[in-house]
Amino acid sequence: MRAPISARFTNKLNQSRRVKITLFIPCFVDQFYPQVGMSIVQVLERLGHSVDYPEAQTCCGQPAFNAGYWDEARAVAERQMTIFRDAEAVVIASGSCGAMVQVYYPELFRHHPREKEARTLAAKTFEFSDFLVSQLRVVDVGARFPGRATFHDGCHALRELGLKKPPRQLLQHVRGLELVEMPEAETCCGFGGTFAVKFPMISTAMGEVKCSSIADTGAEYVISNDSSCLMQIRGILDRQGRSTKTLHLAEVLAQT
Amino acid sequence: MNAGAKEFNEAARRNTADLRQHDRIQKALAGYYLKREDYQNRFPDWAGARDLAAEIKREAINHLDRYLDEFASRLEARGTKVFWAPDGQAARDYIVGVARQHKVRSIIKSKSMTAEEIHLNDALEQAGFEVVESDLGEYIVQLRREPPYHIVFPAMHLTRQQISDLFHDRLGSEPTNNPEDLTMIARRIMRRKYCEADLGISGANFAIAETGMISITENEGNARLTTSLPKIHVALVGIEKVLPKLSDLALFLPMLATAGAGQPITCYNTLYGGPRQPGESDGPEEFHVVLLDNRRTELLADAEQRDALHCIRCGACLNVCPVFKNIGGHSYGTTYQGPIGSVITPHLRGLQDWKHLSQASSLCGACSQTCPVKIDLHHHLLHNRRNAVRLRPAPMEKCLQAGLAFVMCRPRLYALAARLARIAQPLSRLVEGTVLDPLRAWTKTRSIPPMAVKSFHQLWQERKKS
Repeated sequence: MRAPISARFTNKLNQSRRVKITLFIPCFVDQFYPQVGMSIVQVLERLGHSVDYPEAQTCCGQPAFNAGYWDEARAVAERQMTIFRDAEAVVIASGSCGAMVQVYYPELFRHHPREKEARTLAAKTFEFSDFLVSQLRVVDVGARFPGRATFHDGCHALRELGLKKPPRQLLQHVRGLELVEMPEAETCCGFGGTFAVKFPMISTAMGEVKCSSIADTGAEYVISNDSSCLMQIRGILDRQGRSTKTLHLAEVLAQT
Repeated sequence: MNAGAKEFNEAARRNTADLRQHDRIQKALAGYYLKREDYQNRFPDWAGARDLAAEIKREAINHLDRYLDEFASRLEARGTKVFWAPDGQAARDYIVGVARQHKVRSIIKSKSMTAEEIHLNDALEQAGFEVVESDLGEYIVQLRREPPYHIVFPAMHLTRQQISDLFHDRLGSEPTNNPEDLTMIARRIMRRKYCEADLGISGANFAIAETGMISITENEGNARLTTSLPKIHVALVGIEKVLPKLSDLALFLPMLATAGAGQPITCYNTLYGGPRQPGESDGPEEFHVVLLDNRRTELLADAEQRDALHCIRCGACLNVCPVFKNIGGHSYGTTYQGPIGSVITPHLRGLQDWKHLSQASSLCGACSQTCPVKIDLHHHLLHNRRNAVRLRPAPMEKCLQAGLAFVMCRPRLYALAARLARIAQPLSRLVEGTVLDPLRAWTKTRSIPPMAVKSFHQLWQERKKS
């Protein structure tokens, strides 16, 4: 979790409590889980902030980057850098894509003419739960969601961005929600992007370990701040015939 | 796909399906996690200890030339013969040469992954020498004629029953499931071998430049007997094992034990500085130290991944790796398994042949988080992937990635492609799970979510209008 990005930003927060937020909705959230994006809009607006969404955005470039195709990744990343150039704060709807922008853009553009720009974007980009807790300083978003739930830490949010606490702090303040930890909370679900289809047997075996741990908690819901992990978890839960529901953190926080 | 990658896939498929092996590994590691956490918490500041350890190793590796010279000259001053082996062949030839020159009859050996790396036992056996592993786990896998399963726990994949059966078949012992009895069976054989052996071979956990000594860490006392009873001791040492000062051990010995085995310190920690000196009553008559490069200097030349030479071979990255825990140590087909093996094997044995190991990772980062010397393991897997693509991209994948990037750089094309995908979706549902399914790698074991009726783009546009 990071300190507020700049004095200017903090002052603005203190003065008006209204921040101009620019949304980065990663491609698969756009196509498969748009309700996650809409929930983020809902929560941020409920807190009194205005949200902008540049429609020319597509993908952060992570698929190419992880596969080793850094030139292709750079081409995609450069476009997003241009699109978000004037944004004050970028809120991203995935820990994994957040790590791509915050951690890997600076590496991807090392010794590149746009290195500084990459670093600037990295510094003003926040995963959703991080933004709420570290920038807006909010842990109670006024949500109500009755049920028993367990939280899955997406590896990128957890280890690249260090976001163990913020999602839990937010969930602890949701009325009616009982949060139970699973022993394998920090264990990878096995998604890993193209890894999931390049090595399906390993990916599935990892997912099965995760899903057993989820099932053992007796939770009705498994919540995460990464829809890609949830796609993997849902996929395996379905095949195991388990009825545990998968929800993105934003979907829970949007409920009142 | 090259032969190594095919073999890996095959082994991974076989081993992920072996749920009993999976349970054994989980069970074996469960105790380790608890103990490791306990002893880690007894460090005044584990995070600070990691920083310091990484700093000491960085210093050692960045000035390896100087520290190795210091190490070698101090050893030589006490009569140790130091041999600089540029590769495995040179090291094997030298050690076989020592055995021949002394007309050695029997060789005893303590645990050494570096010896595994250069297949030293095979070379010695081919030259007509009998070699017996004195570490219990290593002895077990030697009897099974298989490589160690794990850097630190070579026989962790076996049950007591399997070990009892093995001893019964190979040694003629009575079947027993009692660990003490099993140990005693091996011990009786080992004691005889120590007395018979005229050459003892060991590895080294650390090489101390300041004093010209090697440090060996063990729990069974077998390394002490291996190195002190025979009249010749040969230690095979990877050049990356150097630590600048003797006092560095005050950090590294407890750190290795904690990270590696969940112990505060291993039972036996010994320093070896030379052969028997005049007036001394014991110790070997000759002491040889073989310093092995074997392409480590190539890794040293790679500034981005040089920190992989910090590795103290504790095996902690294997213990936390979900890939290792699911596929097991033998699937890798390498001397060094798990994340560290996937990082360094492409450097030691060729990127083209071993790049698949860097791809076989979800990049979860548990390895980097646990590594006591802070090697940036999972990022190095990314670096290996990038380097492999630079060297020789796979034509199909190159087209796919270039095509995807082309689309992602053109928002209208992206929107059009998404619309087409929605139209094609019902068709793919028809073939789901069959050989015609392009997503079969996913759908064979997992359900696939339908695309949303409207994308976020569309929902946003509608919202703007209303």
